[in-house]
Formats: sequence, C-alpha cells, structure tokens
Amino acid sequence: MSLELKNIKKSYREPDGNVLPILDIEHFQVGQAEQIALVGSSGGGKTTLLNVISGITTPDSGQVFIDGVEITRLPEAGRDRFRAERIGFVFQTFNLLAAFTALENVLLGMSFSRGKADKQLAKDLLEKMGLGKRLSHRPSQLSVGEQQRVAIARSLANRPSLLLADEPTASVDPANQDTILKLIRDMCREFGVSLLLVTHAMEIAEQFDRVACLKDFNAVLQTTS
Amino acid sequence: MSLISIAFKSIRQRALASTLTAFSVALGTSLMIAVLIANTIVTRAFDLQEFGYDLVIGPKGSELELVLNTVYRMAPPIENLPWRYYEEVKADKNIAVAIPVALGDSSEIGGFPILGTVVEYFFNEYAHGKKFQIEGEWPSHKWDAVIGSHVARVNGWKVGDPFHMVHAGQADHVHKEEFTIVGILKPTGTPNDRTVFVNLNGFFAIDGHEKPIDEAIAREAEFFGETPEQVRQFHARELAQYQKEVEEYGHAHTLPMLQKEVTSILVKMKFDPKNPTLSQSRAIGFSARLKEGFKAQAVNPIRPMQRLMDKLVGNIRILLMYLTGLIILVSGVGIFVSIYNSMADRKKEIAIMRALGADRMTVFSIILAESVALCVIGGLAGIVMGHGLIMLAGPVITARSGLLIDPFIFDPQELIIIPAMIILASFVGFIPGLTAYRTDVAENLSS
Repeated sequence: MSLELKNIKKSYREPDGNVLPILDIEHFQVGQAEQIALVGSSGGGKTTLLNVISGITTPDSGQVFIDGVEITRLPEAGRDRFRAERIGFVFQTFNLLAAFTALENVLLGMSFSRGKADKQLAKDLLEKMGLGKRLSHRPSQLSVGEQQRVAIARSLANRPSLLLADEPTASVDPANQDTILKLIRDMCREFGVSLLLVTHAMEIAEQFDRVACLKDFNAVLQTTS
Repeated sequence: MSLISIAFKSIRQRALASTLTAFSVALGTSLMIAVLIANTIVTRAFDLQEFGYDLVIGPKGSELELVLNTVYRMAPPIENLPWRYYEEVKADKNIAVAIPVALGDSSEIGGFPILGTVVEYFFNEYAHGKKFQIEGEWPSHKWDAVIGSHVARVNGWKVGDPFHMVHAGQADHVHKEEFTIVGILKPTGTPNDRTVFVNLNGFFAIDGHEKPIDEAIAREAEFFGETPEQVRQFHARELAQYQKEVEEYGHAHTLPMLQKEVTSILVKMKFDPKNPTLSQSRAIGFSARLKEGFKAQAVNPIRPMQRLMDKLVGNIRILLMYLTGLIILVSGVGIFVSIYNSMADRKKEIAIMRALGADRMTVFSIILAESVALCVIGGLAGIVMGHGLIMLAGPVITARSGLLIDPFIFDPQELIIIPAMIILASFVGFIPGLTAYRTDVAENLSS
C-alpha cells in the first residue's frame, strides 16, 4: 500500500469564530503504482487533502500512512525530509523558481533529499521530457507546456513512491493537456510511482480506472467502467 | 545544489538591488580600510621609539615644531644655532655623536627639502639597528649631494645629475650654485626618503647663506649672554683672517665660524654597556640643563610626537573609527532592508522550496547565507577599494604632507573585517531568515 488515510479530520476556524470542516475522511487508500483521479467541487478541500497527505498541513486528527510510515506521527522536520524523499509534487501553476534554469529547478528538488543532486539523472529526466535542448533555459524562456514538463521532471527526480498532482493541466493550453497528462501517467508507470491527480475536469478523471470524489468532505472511491 | 549556490541564485535574481546593497557595504568597508591604513601610516610615521638619536637640539620654542622640522622636514626652521654652539655640544663629554643639520631650502624640481649635513649623518643608524645603504657614493666634496629614494623616483634623478635649490620660502629665488648627485639612498621608510642631502660646506658656501658679520655678532652675543665685544674677542683670529682675505681678494675664501649657523643638532649620548640606562639619564640631564640655560632646547623627539598622537591624532583616529563603524552599520541596515523587503515577494519561492522538502532551518539558512554573501562580497570589494583609494591618494598625500605612503601597506586589523562582516550579516539576516522560517507553506503555495 502506497498511501492510506484513516479517520482524517481537518477544519479551519473562520474569522467570525465558526469552525469550518474541510476534510472528514474515514478511510482512503492508494495502492502501489496505482493511479487515481481525485475530483470534487471548487473549494471542496482537494488541495487541503494533498497538503495533509504530503505533511505540509497536519490534520486535526487521524493518521496518514505512506509506504507504511505514519507521517502524522513524524515531527515537522521529519515530514519535510520524508516529503523530499518519497513524495513528488506537481502544481497547477508549475511553481518553478524563476532564478533557476530548467536543470537547476530539477536539481533543486534533489538538493533537499538525503542524497546528493545527481546532475546526470536530472539531465536524463529532462531529456525524457523532450527538454534536452532547454536545460539552461529559465522558466520565462520556456513555453507553458515546457514549464510543466520541467515541473514533472522535478517531481520525479527523487524517485518518489507517491506523486501528488494538483490540477496539472489546468494552466496548460488544451492542445498540450493530453500530452502533459500522458507524460505524467507514463512516467509514473515507468518508475512505479503511485499517482493521486486532482482535477475538476471530468474528461480527465474519466481516463483513470479509479476516481475518488471529495464530496461532503469525504473521499469516496469509485471505479469507472 | 548547496545552500550557498541557492543563495547566490537569489542574489542574481535581484541583481540591481543586490549590487547596490553590496556596493554600500563596500563603500563603508573601503572607508574603514582607508582609516585603518591612514592610522597605520600616521602611527608608523610618527612613532620615534626607534629613532636613531637621543636628542634634537634646537633654538628655544615649540618642541613639536623642532621635531617636525628636523626629523620630518615638514615645518620651517624656528631659528638657527650658532656654529660655535655646535662645537660646544660636540665637545660635551657625555655626547657621543653630534650631527649638525641645516634646513630651510628646497629642491628647484619637486620642492623636496634640502638638508645640509656632514657625511657622519649617513654612518649613524637612522633607526635602531638600521643603517643607510647607498647606490653610488657618500658625499665627500663641497657640491656633492645624496638623495632619498622617493626623490629619485619622483624627479627621475640619477647619479651624476645636477640640480639647483630654491631659497627658503622664496620660490623665485633659485640659488645659482649647482650640486651633483653622487649617491641615492636605498628606501628607509622614513622622511629621509624624500630629502635631498647636501654637503654642509656646500650649503654654507651658497651665496646668501652666510649670516652678515654684524648680525652674527649680535646673535651670538644674545645667544651666549655675552657682549658684542666678547664675541669679537672670541672670534678675533678668524675675523682678522676674514678681513685680510677681503682686503686682498675682494671676498673671503673661507667662511668664518661666526657666520655659520645650523638649524638643529642631532645628538646621541655616550652609551655604557654596563649601565644601559645611563645614556637616557645623560640625555635627561643634558635636556634639563638647557631648560634653565640660554636660548637652546634639547628635546627627546619621542615625547612631543607621543603627545601629538595621544591628544590630537589619537582622538581623531577614534572618532574616524566610530564614524566608519557607523557607516558599516548603516550598510548592514541597508542589507537588512533590502532582504527584508524582498521577503514579501519571496514567500511563494520559500513555500515552493518547503513543498519540495526543504525544512524551516534550510530556508532560514538560505536567507542567512544570502545576507552573509552580500556582506562578504561587499567587504572584499571594500578592502580592494580601500587599498585602491590609498594607492590613488598616496602620491597626493605625500606631496601635501610629506608622509610616505606604502601602497601595499597592510594593517593586521583588516583581518577582523571579514569575520566582523559575517557576524554583522548574521544579525541583519536573522529577522528576514525568521520570516522565511515562519512562512506558511500551504497559504503561500496557493497564493
């Protein structure tokens, strides 16, 4: 089992003092190398769920297991380290660092894990993404599709066991959406990485064998036919 | 990718702001370097602990002026001493060496001070354990001259070159007599380097350097507390010889002692190896005797210079050090403001790094490294700029003050600048670093 959530509860206190429940997940799991789409309404807690899974946000209660490690029991620095080594992140807005080249952005992702940044591995990854000739380009010199491909390479640089993708195609032009999605899924398959991909687009979710729907703060798994 | 290289990326990203910030640090540091070096130069130049003589004897007046004039050749002579007095001093049983010094004129080219003296001047140590070395010969003839290394460099003079001198304080009064350079002194790091030495006999032989007979008699009478008649009696033989030569040839061939004067006398007391402090006691005793006596004073050159350093230069130095310290502090505040202001724009960048697995200490360290890098770069640039400033200003300062500036001079206190910069950077980088440390990842990732 790559990811398992048990009795996760998360709520926020609003300025007027009211408690706003965001997540209330009894049980949710993603198998090894499994690919699941997570859908839900806007503001429904999808991003919060990814933050809870990655250890960026701590839940009010409940447990998060990744590769059998209960990350909710780890101290913050431990969660950071765990995230660096085992979790890849692809964001909707790519979140590349403007001062760094494509290669450096990938190397940066490697720098925070225990192992040393492997320049050759980073180059190989970028070449796989079709960016072999764009290594020294900065994000501002890359197209939107290319930027997202750099972000995908960065997310896989540490050979994570789980990739969290938060609407990775939302900022990409329609012509590139399928390419990006295919790239993510193919790479995850190639590296044996479990994928939890958040999307609000049903046409994307429908491409997955399993879809989790965040409804009434609870992720319920559905199997598409 | 190391934290330093990540910090450098960030610095490069904000190139203009970073450059200006580092430049402000560089300016502060260069000023501090300039003050430190100026301090070293002045301290070394005015430190006479190693001076090769025990006393400087000159006419009564300001002790400081006497030393500045005789040792540093910076001030005009106060008055002159009769040659007869020099002979008396030389004959004193407690005195080992007495060197006459005649000052006042300057070289026509370069305006370097002319010092008339005897060849023994060069055979005595100019500082403890340090003797003059020469390229060429020591002066032996009346019109021979030896020049300091700085004079040779600035004027481009070589052995064999002739030169003229200008009468004291009268730029348009060039003496017609011509001296020839027979030797160039090796650098000493003292005012001797920028002095032109001429044979004292030649100095006396220059037209206008002899004191008129009547004036000389009046001066000696006043100096020794005698009547003019007593003075005439003392010099009766040489005055008769002088009169005879004037009557026979229309002018005298030899200058009578009466007409000779010296500006000051450099004195070394007799040294007794069995009682090393005896020479000091003798110097103090000699000086004390002159205080009660007539028109001369004997000054231990260390004391007036020490007073000058303590009361004036020392305080100015402390003030300048405080000022430059404040400038660096202001530069530090500049770094703080620059980094702190950038934090608002960089929260997302920090959140991304945190999402990629950087812990709070890592992002804190990146900001601190950035602050340290700016301070160190600015500090190193400042050290280079400070020395550059000294190199550029050196010749001007030398020309104006007579102080010799070694462009490669190094003050050991410079060694603390970079560690001090790192400490300063750590302080100024702490609060921005703390902002990075506290950045809310989830909130800033979605912003």
